Amino acid sequence: MEGHLNLTLKIWRQKNANVAGKFETYQVSGISTDMSFLEMIDVLNNRLIEVGDDPVAFDHDCREGICGMCSMYINGRPHGPNRGVTTCQLHMRSFQDGETITVEPWRASAFPVIKDLVVNRSAFDRIIAAGGFVSVNTGNAQDANNLPIPKDDADEAFAAAACIGCGACVAACKNASAMLFTSAKISQLALLPQGKVEAAKRAEAMVAQMDEEGFGACSNTGACEAECPKGISLENIARMNREYFSATFSSK
Amino acid sequence: MTKLDAKIPEGSLAEKWTKYQSSVPLVNPANKRSLEIVIVGSGLAGASAAASLAELGYKVKVFCFQDSPRRAHSIAAQGGINAAKNYQNDGDSVYRLFYDTIKGGDYRAREANVHRLAEVSGNIIDQCVAQGVPFAREYGGLLSNRSFGGTQVQRTFYAAGQTGQQLLLGAYSALQRQVGMGNVKMYTRHEMLDVVTIDGKARGIIARDSVTGALERHFGHAVLLCTGGYGNVFYLSTNAMGSNVTAAWKANKKGAFFANPCYTQIHPTCIPVSGDHQSKLTLMSESLRNDGRIWVPKKENDNRKANEIPEDERDYYLERRYPAFGNLVPRDIASRAAKERCDAGYGVGASKMAVYLDYAAAIIRYGKGEANKHNMHNPSDEEIQAMGKAVVKEKYGNLFDMYKQITGEDPYEVPMRIYPAVHYTMGGLWVDYNLMTTIPGLYALGEANFSDHGANRLGASALMQGLADGYFVIPYTIGNYLASEIRTPAMSTDSEPFVTAEKEVRDRLETLMNIKGSKPVDYFHKRLGKIMWDECGMARSAEGLKASIKEIQALQKEFWSDVKIPGEIDNLNPELEKAGRVADFLELGELMCIDALDRNESCGGHFRTEYQTEDGEALRDDENYAYVAAWENKGNGKFELHKEELKYENIKIAQRSYK
Amino acid sequence: MAWLAKSLNSSLGKKLLMAITGLFLISFLVIHCGLNATIFLNDGGKAFNEGAEFMAHNPIIRTMEIVLFGGLLLHIFDGLRLWLDNKKKRPVAYAVVDGAANSKWYSRSMGLLGTLLLLFLIIHLKHFWYFSRLTNNLTETHTLYNEMQVVFTSPIVVAIYVLGCISLGYHLLHGFQSAFQTLGWNHPKYTPTIKAIGAIYSIIIAAAFAAMPIAFYFNLIQ
Repeated sequence: MEGHLNLTLKIWRQKNANVAGKFETYQVSGISTDMSFLEMIDVLNNRLIEVGDDPVAFDHDCREGICGMCSMYINGRPHGPNRGVTTCQLHMRSFQDGETITVEPWRASAFPVIKDLVVNRSAFDRIIAAGGFVSVNTGNAQDANNLPIPKDDADEAFAAAACIGCGACVAACKNASAMLFTSAKISQLALLPQGKVEAAKRAEAMVAQMDEEGFGACSNTGACEAECPKGISLENIARMNREYFSATFSSK
Repeated sequence: MTKLDAKIPEGSLAEKWTKYQSSVPLVNPANKRSLEIVIVGSGLAGASAAASLAELGYKVKVFCFQDSPRRAHSIAAQGGINAAKNYQNDGDSVYRLFYDTIKGGDYRAREANVHRLAEVSGNIIDQCVAQGVPFAREYGGLLSNRSFGGTQVQRTFYAAGQTGQQLLLGAYSALQRQVGMGNVKMYTRHEMLDVVTIDGKARGIIARDSVTGALERHFGHAVLLCTGGYGNVFYLSTNAMGSNVTAAWKANKKGAFFANPCYTQIHPTCIPVSGDHQSKLTLMSESLRNDGRIWVPKKENDNRKANEIPEDERDYYLERRYPAFGNLVPRDIASRAAKERCDAGYGVGASKMAVYLDYAAAIIRYGKGEANKHNMHNPSDEEIQAMGKAVVKEKYGNLFDMYKQITGEDPYEVPMRIYPAVHYTMGGLWVDYNLMTTIPGLYALGEANFSDHGANRLGASALMQGLADGYFVIPYTIGNYLASEIRTPAMSTDSEPFVTAEKEVRDRLETLMNIKGSKPVDYFHKRLGKIMWDECGMARSAEGLKASIKEIQALQKEFWSDVKIPGEIDNLNPELEKAGRVADFLELGELMCIDALDRNESCGGHFRTEYQTEDGEALRDDENYAYVAAWENKGNGKFELHKEELKYENIKIAQRSYK
Repeated sequence: MAWLAKSLNSSLGKKLLMAITGLFLISFLVIHCGLNATIFLNDGGKAFNEGAEFMAHNPIIRTMEIVLFGGLLLHIFDGLRLWLDNKKKRPVAYAVVDGAANSKWYSRSMGLLGTLLLLFLIIHLKHFWYFSRLTNNLTETHTLYNEMQVVFTSPIVVAIYVLGCISLGYHLLHGFQSAFQTLGWNHPKYTPTIKAIGAIYSIIIAAAFAAMPIAFYFNLIQ
């Protein structure tokens, strides 16, 4: 049933990448429990606009949990208190009346803040550009059913491919490591015969790019897996390690 | 009125594309290296086109307003992608896919384009599998298919309920590969704000860097708009928050005709609106209609809970009205049927603007099936329920989770409440067979063009069209134009047309910032949305449309005098971005109503209450309206209609029947 | 060999080094703990002293001692390097962190636990290794066993040892299964077993070591 909440919001405000930021405190009232967290921020923003303040900048687009654009660190956790959801799918019924909610941007040197809660995640694109693909030009393909793939392998590859590139893994990790993200793509393609051809080259190139971007090293705390809105498994990191070591120790 | 030339190749339908491919002028590899192509949008159409053209050797620049090309809204497509592979041996063929698409589009699509789409559909699946797209498979390792609305064969390929995501990530991978190789330069967080034309040809764009607010000029021998649809004109839709018409609308203002703007697809299975705070609507894939049964109570204003209503007091109205297709009728029909029941007072839920989508029967059916598979002869009801739920979870788990997350109700236990919502726009920039708009050198691909779906798109066809255009059509058809451009050197962006275009963009942004009115952008967007939904949504009438045109014009004036945009012009400013988009929606909304008013018939996604059969079905007027309405923007809110006659040489036009 | 340096200097390589040296130290602990546990035979240190004598003079063991120190130093060096590197990856800290919601405290505190262990180890080496190897105080009348009896009369020392063992237990609890994950051995069939063995191992090692100073202090063994 719909209820209404009064909340105190502590939100990180930062004008741009070059200036220091700080927390500002806002009160919002009459927040419907049926609202999504982003709709609650919409309400705050329209009130800020009405009184002539700059609204809070935040990334968001599809609002159905698949584009990976929304990215808030809410009360000490990426995408807030619920497991397996993005911020756009987090609804206000998960909060209590009178609660104080702290909202911060993803924090990582590889994800510099652009403004307020907006960060630059283009490092992920560069990791994919380094090797997260199968080198097949348009028109080169054979008939799709000429290549049977065991259902279990296809399902496992799909589970890894479900990554939405939101960066919650980096945000959750105490080392700001991007290994869950990187390993999900390496894993997906390593599981499929199409990807095996370039598997060794891919693992080396993507790991090198990941390091160059300034992400930390994994210390296997499992926070990334726990906070991933798509449930990407740590098994992918283990698989990446196998792929990487067998590549570096066997390549010529 | 000028005659629109669709440049459809001669020859029999089945041979047109093959002949075209073998006779189209080619550009040699050395020349390709000096030809530059600007692509706006990085969804299925944009990413696939960018990757394919860069692979051929063209110099490509890609622009997207999101922070990464992988965010484009194609990512949210759930159900699947059609292809005439006939892997299921159930009688599918290129012709049948072509036929279903024309019929599904209520006989308002161009035959040659649709046939080409059906021809390349199989190649798309091959290409995607080669890229490593993890489609669903059977235990034998071969690809799995499911059925979708408006068809009687199983030709839909899928990856759980995330097919769009997997296809987009495939195209994105291919794009990033070219970015890594230096063949594509990617511009993220950039919004195109104008097309630059020189001597009548498209030669580039003006884009705004959203982070710094800087305006940039970019030259291209050709410009491709792959910018998706304009469903957000309704404010509430299943589109992403950022989806907009700006690129297409700027093109329209520069001379590209806008075709069939009134054809809007209202998707029947969305999660109903929960309150005024609602910012967007969420689709529940049409694939749910494969197994779910749609019903309302037989009694008017029945306030009992769904589980308390006995079987014989439920009205499975789609199965009742359309026994041949049942719950799998095309989207436009399913949507209108839901609206009809709710308007008549049979709706459910607190708002009474919803119908039930019920999985109870499917859970039992699957549960019994599983029991047989496992040789259980006397399974208990609980066992059947548990096994049935497990099957449903495997097929639709992510959708059920999403429903629960949004509504707080568990769809495994109670039927889902659904209601139609704006989903897709069949209209778009008019393009010829080459996908070129009426501005030479300016192309439109994917949902941004109008070409393949007629008045109504069938499920799982949007992904097919976006990828067909990008992977398999534009790489050929662009050569037809660029072969004659090899002597055009890259132009300086300091020329007068670029400078003027940039100045016009700057002036407009400054004007917006300086209005300093009293209402936020959303206020105007919501009001526009309400007008559009009420009068240009699922049911339209001449009277209502005339009134809304006046209302929209008044709203435009109010917007330009009272909108309040905070922040700075030279910083990240989402409100300024929204304001520019809403300003364009306000003009487009008016044109949609004008187009809907012009079309005195009902067809597909356009339903005029004056034109319906006795039992409430759409009544087409093929004699007078078998044309594409292409609108030329004459400035100051004036539009001139140009008609492209639709000739059906291979299909006999008939009243659509799914009974 | 440039490739090897490059591989081992990558984020994955550093982890690999951590895992391999960690597993090596884990195997050493088994021997160390097993040998020391002979004190519980309550034979006045006879078995223990015989073992210590063997360990002190067997050439293979003496060689392994050098390898052990090498491995230990590598583990420490690599751990410090990782800790310093990783710290730089988040220059602005979060104001609120709800770490307990997604991971175990000890998995996030390996650096801290390792540092405590290092401090403990310095004290421990001073007490016994320095005493037995670098001084001439070890005689037939004053064995290593006798030295333990002496050292563990101080309640402060006993407390330090117990705390050291607790740190060791938690360090191992994460480190054991983490090493397997780093080596790529994560499999739905085997990982639960590895985790269980890791937990049992960590508890036994920590408890057995902690029991030694306690036993001496309370005169539970003679």
